Amino acid sequence: MSILVGKHTKLIVQGITGGAGSFHAKQMIEYGTRVVGGVTPTRGGETFEGKVPVFDTVNQAVKATGANASVIFVPPPGAADAILEALSAGIELVIAITEGIPVVDMLGVRRVLEAMQAEARASGKPVPRLVGPNCPGVITPDQCKIGIMPGHIHKAGHVGVVSRSGTLTYEAVGQLTALGIGQSTCVGIGGDPVSGMDFVDVLELFQADPDTHGVIMIGEIGGGAEERGAQYIKEKMTKPVAAFIAGTTAPPGKRMGHAGAIISGGKGTASAKIDALVAAGAKVAPTPSDMATTLQSMMS
Amino acid sequence: MGDPPRQGDVYVMREGCSPPGPTLATVRLVKIHEYQGKQIFAKYGVPVPKGYPAFSVAEAETAAKKLATETGSPVVVVKAQIHAGGRGKGGGVKVAKGGASEAKVLAEAILGMQLVTHQTGPEGQKVKRLYIEQGLEMVAEMYLGMVVDRDSRRIAFMASTEGGVEIEKVAEETPEKILTVYVDPIVGLSAFQARELAFGLGLMTYGKETVAKFVRLMSALYEAFTKEDCSLLEVNPLAILKNGDVVALDAKVTFDDNASFRHKAWSDLQDKDEEDPIELEAAQAGLNYVSLDGNVGCLVNGAGLAMATMDIIKHAGRAHGVAPANFLDVGGGATQEQVTKAFSMILKSPKVKAIFVNIFGGIMKCDVIANGVVAAAKELGLKVPLVVRLEGTNVELGRKILSESGLAIQAATTMADGAKKIVDAVTGGAK
Ligand SMILES: Nc1ncnc2c1ncn2[C@@H]1O[C@H](COP(=O)(O)OP(=O)(O)O)[C@@H](O)[C@H]1O
Ligand SMILES: [Mg+2]
Repeated sequence: MSILVGKHTKLIVQGITGGAGSFHAKQMIEYGTRVVGGVTPTRGGETFEGKVPVFDTVNQAVKATGANASVIFVPPPGAADAILEALSAGIELVIAITEGIPVVDMLGVRRVLEAMQAEARASGKPVPRLVGPNCPGVITPDQCKIGIMPGHIHKAGHVGVVSRSGTLTYEAVGQLTALGIGQSTCVGIGGDPVSGMDFVDVLELFQADPDTHGVIMIGEIGGGAEERGAQYIKEKMTKPVAAFIAGTTAPPGKRMGHAGAIISGGKGTASAKIDALVAAGAKVAPTPSDMATTLQSMMS
Repeated sequence: MGDPPRQGDVYVMREGCSPPGPTLATVRLVKIHEYQGKQIFAKYGVPVPKGYPAFSVAEAETAAKKLATETGSPVVVVKAQIHAGGRGKGGGVKVAKGGASEAKVLAEAILGMQLVTHQTGPEGQKVKRLYIEQGLEMVAEMYLGMVVDRDSRRIAFMASTEGGVEIEKVAEETPEKILTVYVDPIVGLSAFQARELAFGLGLMTYGKETVAKFVRLMSALYEAFTKEDCSLLEVNPLAILKNGDVVALDAKVTFDDNASFRHKAWSDLQDKDEEDPIELEAAQAGLNYVSLDGNVGCLVNGAGLAMATMDIIKHAGRAHGVAPANFLDVGGGATQEQVTKAFSMILKSPKVKAIFVNIFGGIMKCDVIANGVVAAAKELGLKVPLVVRLEGTNVELGRKILSESGLAIQAATTMADGAKKIVDAVTGGAK
């Protein structure tokens, strides 16, 4: 087993004829992912790489292929619309890779998603999920890779990885594999202010997955998602969790980028997150080089 | 739908300081001047005083004369236009009671001054534009602010009776004085939410007309926020006039840069004088740049890795005064030209005593990084120690290119190893 993606996953690629979409579609196929179709409006009827059928709409693609997952490489102006189209077509797992979607668009998507999830729960149907946007994707090593992560650094095994940062996910995976520790599933939830799955949602799945024996959780300063994750770990999680929070040494009072920082309550600072995680029984890696060894020390 | 105003929820908006939400600078936010913000307000029906921008003393005088005829009152306010708040306290906002001649004298003093506020830093910001505005007499100053709240996934609307002063202080010292409502983007701002803030602010003291005007103003602001793709919108102060009118006396508007594709007008609103020239140079090359106070130049891919790299350098170098001087984040899809550009920018920075290249290639291929680094170093010369840690896609090829380049490169196996080598390099401990 694993979470979210595996041998059962039948994937369509939205934006398959674009630059990023076609490049990564090829990589995913090479890795062994079952890419059953692509969607590019007005390009329906073509075939990608001589074998993958392209459709005009997600609905058509789902009817023809029985796809149950979609990955989105549509550029920012149409990305939110593409997510809504996938959800509306009944896709259970939507993974949005696109970086740079306006936050106002994602506010709307998020509310639609929440409404659909509530409806699905009430009627006992599978709950639709969104991962991302602005994320590397999801991979279950040796079974299914959806997204842009380098497949070769992974190794099948029993550690779950969940992260807000793309490159830090690779960093954690690289460390695990170097120690000979494999991964069950690695989930990049993305760094955008408004997105789909949160730490809590992924931790719940890892806790329920018999093949996941421990988890690395990688957070960043800002927002309250890590604190909510810590709360879940405290109340429900029986598996060991090693964590890392990036930005511990970000100088307060220093302008970084052009943003106005919004700090809510005592939340959002690195120390508040680390304190919450430690209080929940997680171990926090002192440096980003110690993520895998920290988990290893908890598992042996 | 919409939560009641929650008291004690602190939102500190610190313009120009502290890291934004998640990252070192993945989100570029577009800032504009007060007068431009007010032009947007006016478009959506938010009441603002009459005013004209001025780029010279002569223009300022003409504007003051024009305002006097239009409003029938000689009182005008001369306001420095810089992208930082706290201008009033710093001497950048002055009232001319005596009409155009006095406005001229004030304009002479303010235009060209180095204005220092709590948001500019000690070096201040040179004033190159003025806004000449109708002077209004008010009976109260309120605060209004809007921001996307990532935790509730709603637009938070904040209000306080403590307007006109530093809202950061209010948030810290008396957070109960900030009222907040959360607007569901699907239904938009409900009238009851606006009323809750109106009554919470005690606007009934000024009459029920004022309550109604405030509700209309809030709904116009909400429309402006969503239609114009703002990420931050502040009115401080929102003035209550003697006749019960509510008017936005200040406007701070920041756009969500992700939405620039549907706002062609934004590029005209940009004021290059307000931007850090190095950041601008990086942005034009499609790179993220962050300037810090240390001595190590860093080339990384991804904001999370940038922050983690900073953490590990500081961890290893704290006792030795070693810290990052800057970060160039080449992101995921950079070309070799972009990498060359990024590395050249680091090489040219006088603060840099050693360089750390820390790359975990996903889409970013290690050979592209290596070629870019070599090209820049060959062109400009490598005068400081260079530590390189490469991992991920095409790593073997990348390492080969570096080792065959003839450059003096110290290879690092892990981030920790790289940080240690960088500390040794800066402190002269390297063999
Ligand atoms: N048009 C105006 N009429 C009267 N007073 C004004 C006007 N504009 C600003 N002021 C006063 O000057 C103060 C500072 O101006 P403001 O625009 O808020 O700049 P800042 O926030 O940068 O200090 C305001 O709090 C207000 O009291
Ligand atoms: Mg103000």
